[in-house]
Amino acid sequence: MDLKEWFANRQKRQEYAQVKQPLTTEEYCALWTQCFQCRELLYTRDLRVSLYVCPKCQYHFRIGAEERIEQLADPDTFVEIDANLISSDPLGFVDSEPYPVRQKEASKKSGLKEAIITGTMKINDLPVAIGFMDFGHFGGSMGSVVGEKVTRLIEHAQSKSLPVIIISSSGGARMQEGILSLMQLAKTSSALKSFHDAGLLYISILSEPTFGGVTASFAMLGDIIIAEPGARVGFAGRRVIEQTIRQKLPADFQTAEYLLKHGQVDMVIERAKMRDILAKLIVFHGAHDKRENHSSIQHEKSKNKSESTLSSR
Amino acid sequence: MATQEKKSLPLEFEQPLVLLAQQIEALEKQLQETHNPELDEDLKRLHEQYGNLKRSLYSNLRPIDHLALARHPQRPYTRDYFERFDPNWLELHGDRKGADDPAMVCGLLNINGVKILAIGTQKGRSLRDKQHCNFGMPQPEGYRKALRFFQHAEKFALPVVTLIDTPGAYPGMAAEEHNQAEAIAVNLRELSGLTVPVIAIVTGEGGSGGALGIGVANRILMLEHSVYSVISPEGCASILWRSADKVAEACNAMKMTAKEIQALGIVDEVVEEPLGGAHHDYDLVAKNLGKALVKHIKELSKLSRADLRKDRQNKFRKIGAFVEAK
Repeated sequence: MDLKEWFANRQKRQEYAQVKQPLTTEEYCALWTQCFQCRELLYTRDLRVSLYVCPKCQYHFRIGAEERIEQLADPDTFVEIDANLISSDPLGFVDSEPYPVRQKEASKKSGLKEAIITGTMKINDLPVAIGFMDFGHFGGSMGSVVGEKVTRLIEHAQSKSLPVIIISSSGGARMQEGILSLMQLAKTSSALKSFHDAGLLYISILSEPTFGGVTASFAMLGDIIIAEPGARVGFAGRRVIEQTIRQKLPADFQTAEYLLKHGQVDMVIERAKMRDILAKLIVFHGAHDKRENHSSIQHEKSKNKSESTLSSR
Repeated sequence: MATQEKKSLPLEFEQPLVLLAQQIEALEKQLQETHNPELDEDLKRLHEQYGNLKRSLYSNLRPIDHLALARHPQRPYTRDYFERFDPNWLELHGDRKGADDPAMVCGLLNINGVKILAIGTQKGRSLRDKQHCNFGMPQPEGYRKALRFFQHAEKFALPVVTLIDTPGAYPGMAAEEHNQAEAIAVNLRELSGLTVPVIAIVTGEGGSGGALGIGVANRILMLEHSVYSVISPEGCASILWRSADKVAEACNAMKMTAKEIQALGIVDEVVEEPLGGAHHDYDLVAKNLGKALVKHIKELSKLSRADLRKDRQNKFRKIGAFVEAK
């Protein structure tokens, strides 16, 4: 083959490649999904039925808040709260683009206003207050709004004596809100202190991936902590640690199974069993009839009080 | 403190001052040899110039200059303050679970009659010291050690004072396995529930969750040139700018200096440092800091124990910037 021919062929090859192009368009991708772990091609519609878990290797795909609601809530019981909270730009933060522009881009990509959706719903007829973080929006990062929504969710649950469930998925605190983001760690943890003292149940679910400020606050403070199979969870990211200690980390480092081995989570539960396990935990802790319990305890307390005042007289 | 000043290691932005100081020194030498009255005049002028330059230099610091001062190798560290607050302070050790993290120092102090339980992150001075203290980055065991002393303070109704000077919590393999995140999270929760006065002072670097892990306080103080941020500026630059040399931009964008954080309503008081930074006069900084924290403890001691908890929880409850659309 001489050089001329080679160039001619090259042109043909490029044309051929262009013809092949449609196979990788969004339409195609929407129809088929390749498993990240075993590389199996899966029909997307089937994947939805299998709760976004690969039927071949049990890989749990990263999913958003909407899919989570569909999977966990009794049909039509989810009621969103605090949907109207929107981030502002307190620092006037600009990197390669201003923060408000990045927010708009994030919302366009995710279809969400913020990285968490909170509300109340029923699981197997049991009422819960629940928060769904969505990694698809701004890397699930926690800024003022996420911190405020989590705090309000906990306060709401406490006032109604409901159990709280939060499904975490986050890269950590949102850098664009600087120190205000950091302070959300303290705000959410402080709300959990009061919740904790009230004797109410908080279940934290860790999903792929949960890191940084979210793990270092509400995600690790669950009375019960559940991780999804294969989810990576930690404080510092793998690369940061490798750079610090200058050695390779084991392949399964920071996975749910690794965490279980090191005593950091109570259990690793696959998606298909999540609903039933949650319901079982709520019933076991008596968190579903806390409302009656609470009023009866308070009733007893006030009765005791009146008795004691009587006796002192 | 002139001797200390001469020994201080100059930072990059301090170069013009160093040059001028060298000129003055040369002139002084010449004057000793020749006794020329004309030189006397020049020397006086140069001294004046030096003073002016110094004042203007330190009143126009960029955020990255504050960062350099906060990380100055001669900056006073936690033990330097403890020794000056109370020369007879008593150090207490250990998390009672199998470790004693040297990066977290705890002790009983008596500052002019006010008893406190003091906790602080410690960087090392010599290289060996630095390695021993892990460059001021606590392990989970360090946070659990601090937690033990929070509970001790609660039991004996002692005010808690924390000194923060850390690049962050240590990012290592063992730290992850021992659950660094949980250690910090539990501290945040338990600190918020204490019913004694809690005062946190950022004396150098306030690095992210590792700093906040002992920083949930009724009052937060910062030294003039200290910094406090959600991520190290190097980390921020490499993630958002994808370049390690945009640190100055990251420093500007994050609003991490004491004055900027005070403007955001998070810091209650910025404590002044001697001209040129805390490393020029340890005693003076310790005195100023001691005075400020005694003042705040006295104010807080007027609150009931339940109100102290409420005060702290309300402080953090209010932090955040968002819009609530109708």
